[in-house]
Amino acid sequence: MIRFLAGRCLGFALTLAAVVLVSFVLMRAVRGGPFDAERRLDPAIERNLRARYHLDWPVHLQLLQYVGPLNLDERGARFLGGDGSRVLGGVLAGDFGPSLRYRDQTVGDILAQSLPVSLALGCAALLWALTFGLLAGVVSAVRRGTRTDLALRFLATALVALPNFVVASALVILLAFLWPLLPVAGWGSWRHLVLPSLALGAPVGAHVARIARTGMLETLSQDFVRAARGKGMPERIVLLRHALPGALVPVASYLGPAAAGVLTGSLVIERIFAIPGAGSHFVNSALNRDYTLAMGVTIVYCVLVYALNTGVDVLHRVLDPRIARESA
Amino acid sequence: MPRASRSRATRRVLLLALGVLILAGALALGRGASLERADCAFVNGAEPATLDPAAITAIPEGRIVRALFEGLVVRDPETLEPRPGVAESWEVSPDGLLWTFHLRQGAVWTDGERVTARDFAFSFERLLDPRTAAGYASQLFVVEGARAFATEVDERGAPRRSFDTVAIRAEDPSTLTVRLEHPFAPFLDVLACPQLAPVSERQLAAMRERFPSTWTVEWLRPEHLVTNGPFRLLERRANDRIRLGRFAGYWDAAHVAMETIDALAVEHASTALNLYLTGEVAWVDQVPADLADRLSKREDFRSAAFLGTYFYRVNVSRAPFDDPRVRRALALAIDREAIVRKVTRCGEQPLFACVPPGFGSFAGAPMRHAASFAEDVEEARKLLKECGRTLPPIAIHYNTRELNRDVAEVIADSWRRNLGVSARLENQEWRVFLDTQKKIAYDVSRSSWIADYADPFGFLEIFTSGNENNRTGWGDARYDELLRRAAAALEPERSELLREAESILMEALPILPIYAYASKNLVDPRLQGFFENALDEHPPKAWSWKQP
Repeated sequence: MIRFLAGRCLGFALTLAAVVLVSFVLMRAVRGGPFDAERRLDPAIERNLRARYHLDWPVHLQLLQYVGPLNLDERGARFLGGDGSRVLGGVLAGDFGPSLRYRDQTVGDILAQSLPVSLALGCAALLWALTFGLLAGVVSAVRRGTRTDLALRFLATALVALPNFVVASALVILLAFLWPLLPVAGWGSWRHLVLPSLALGAPVGAHVARIARTGMLETLSQDFVRAARGKGMPERIVLLRHALPGALVPVASYLGPAAAGVLTGSLVIERIFAIPGAGSHFVNSALNRDYTLAMGVTIVYCVLVYALNTGVDVLHRVLDPRIARESA
Repeated sequence: MPRASRSRATRRVLLLALGVLILAGALALGRGASLERADCAFVNGAEPATLDPAAITAIPEGRIVRALFEGLVVRDPETLEPRPGVAESWEVSPDGLLWTFHLRQGAVWTDGERVTARDFAFSFERLLDPRTAAGYASQLFVVEGARAFATEVDERGAPRRSFDTVAIRAEDPSTLTVRLEHPFAPFLDVLACPQLAPVSERQLAAMRERFPSTWTVEWLRPEHLVTNGPFRLLERRANDRIRLGRFAGYWDAAHVAMETIDALAVEHASTALNLYLTGEVAWVDQVPADLADRLSKREDFRSAAFLGTYFYRVNVSRAPFDDPRVRRALALAIDREAIVRKVTRCGEQPLFACVPPGFGSFAGAPMRHAASFAEDVEEARKLLKECGRTLPPIAIHYNTRELNRDVAEVIADSWRRNLGVSARLENQEWRVFLDTQKKIAYDVSRSSWIADYADPFGFLEIFTSGNENNRTGWGDARYDELLRRAAAALEPERSELLREAESILMEALPILPIYAYASKNLVDPRLQGFFENALDEHPPKAWSWKQP
């Protein structure tokens, strides 16, 4: 396990380095700059702004300055009228630098404010997905071939197929307008969390239901279940104690990609429900050519997705020792 | 692992995962402790990029800064006339050059100190200082010595000249004098722009001392920011809301009714509408395009002519658009009526000029056009025949947005049907679009312009030769000369010069005017003190709830 984790760490460092390099260079290769606007700045002022953020440097120097930890800027913040300390910090020193668009905030500030929001949304969505997904999956496996099964499977397919903004709009119409239970948008209390997390979790829940159903059916057809039934064990116990755990294994391995998907896929939901999460920065920072913010978001998501995947792999090894043996 | 313990492990892991999820969710929610509902809330569009008065450029930022800070003069919420702000009174020398402002005794910062003339001198210096890199520094270039101070920089980007060379003086704590390079009629309107609001010199110095490397970010945090306007900054949640609270020490606090106001950062028009329809907000300044028709018939829909224009730039350096007859033919053959009736649908007006209507007495000089579209098309056809060439397919360049596409489709259709010219639509993502326009690498390109204050000068000034906002390749020495003279002229000569300049522009037509904007506000009928005006400015200072 230790060797496995060490290998993962090495892989992680390489992946991150590649992600930083590629996104840094790509971002600057895209046409248009962070200070472009329909009302263009006076050329002298634009020059000043570019110099302030080192955008007038060659790309490789900008990259070195960004990664750090050495500060290449001799002018330092004196250029800003400051005391000579650095303007752009190095990522290695834990400093993501200032946002080019949001001048009042550092990239660190923005991530610290928006990530917990996305996490809360994502957790709630997963919670819904697991609860409803497992329930639906088990019920439709047990009632295989009945109308209930058909209805649940139809619903699951629909939720996988429908784009989440359609689900979101339907939920808003139902639960905020026709039956005004919940706020239409905004952020601040648990009530604001319900609709967006339902909309975000719906496709995940549908997947969970399908996976759980398949897993459940597979276990139900196995010998030990037949044996348990043959012994005259009550059906409830057969289902809960013998069949359900078998159905859970594939669901558990789906959790990793599901969590990553919910975290990175919240952009549309955040927009529709005006939620101040990190998903919107993922896209907007690129549109705004906010190089530092886009880099910060990319790095953080890269770390998150990598950590989640590693977590799932570890989980697999715990649940099924055969995997560890095979790869050893 | 035996099966029993494996299933137990599975269950444990899943339970653990659930527990972590719930905990994480609760923690994250707890971080954003819920706020009491504000007295009033409105949708403010995009998240403000900054609250630093010197650095702001966009409308949502201006709204917040105007509530937080107060300049020497403010605009009347209804008529937009300049009214006393921190300056109680002012006088101007007979030659129109020397302005003297008398600051009121009662104006204080939220830290209790008095707002002095020194604060204004400092703030104007900060706005002009090239190291601030303020987009609106040029607003003050009319002040003697300001342009040189702001644009002559050394290799470090610092100004070469001392601020003493700029004619802005704090004579004593309550007297500020400003000497202009030439008389400038809208100077008071300029001073009412949010970029010219003061910041506290004392606070900035203190912040610089306390946070040597991060003060440029720190001083704007709610716990630090010192302001002097009718409201103070209570809370700022990025991408969510800015909460303003009534500032009891404000000199005119007796006339501020709202205790707390939330400005919500909501960009999605449908979301904004949903918030309005459920009573969460009292005002939204946009409506979803596909609902414009229905919403504009509502009683709480309030629209007025708004000093902004939608037009196409033409690349005059590219054949056949170098021929003014071709440009005129294209301008004449646009079915503007169809655009405002079928596409925009919120009270926009067809436009045949560079300057939109609504500048009081300014008459303007629209392009020559007949009373009916059919006659215009007739003339356009004749013009094209006259220049004796068949036009190649025209690329209509626009930034990706539904409205722009719909307008471009109507125009392409107009040209195809009326002139037999084929046109194709070419959309680009916003910043790529801006880059293309900057490089003048297009045939015709979608554009718009919005006034900062109620004066026609700004609309015409951008088309002078070499202006960074010209972006058409067009230039005319006489036009430049007229604008230069108009800048320094007083009425009625000024309007006459501007009118003449516009007639040159509308003869040459490096731009194809399309329509004049209209504001599109949905306003809670119980909200008082909300007035339609040509700048679509609605300062919350004037707001109150109608008593039931």
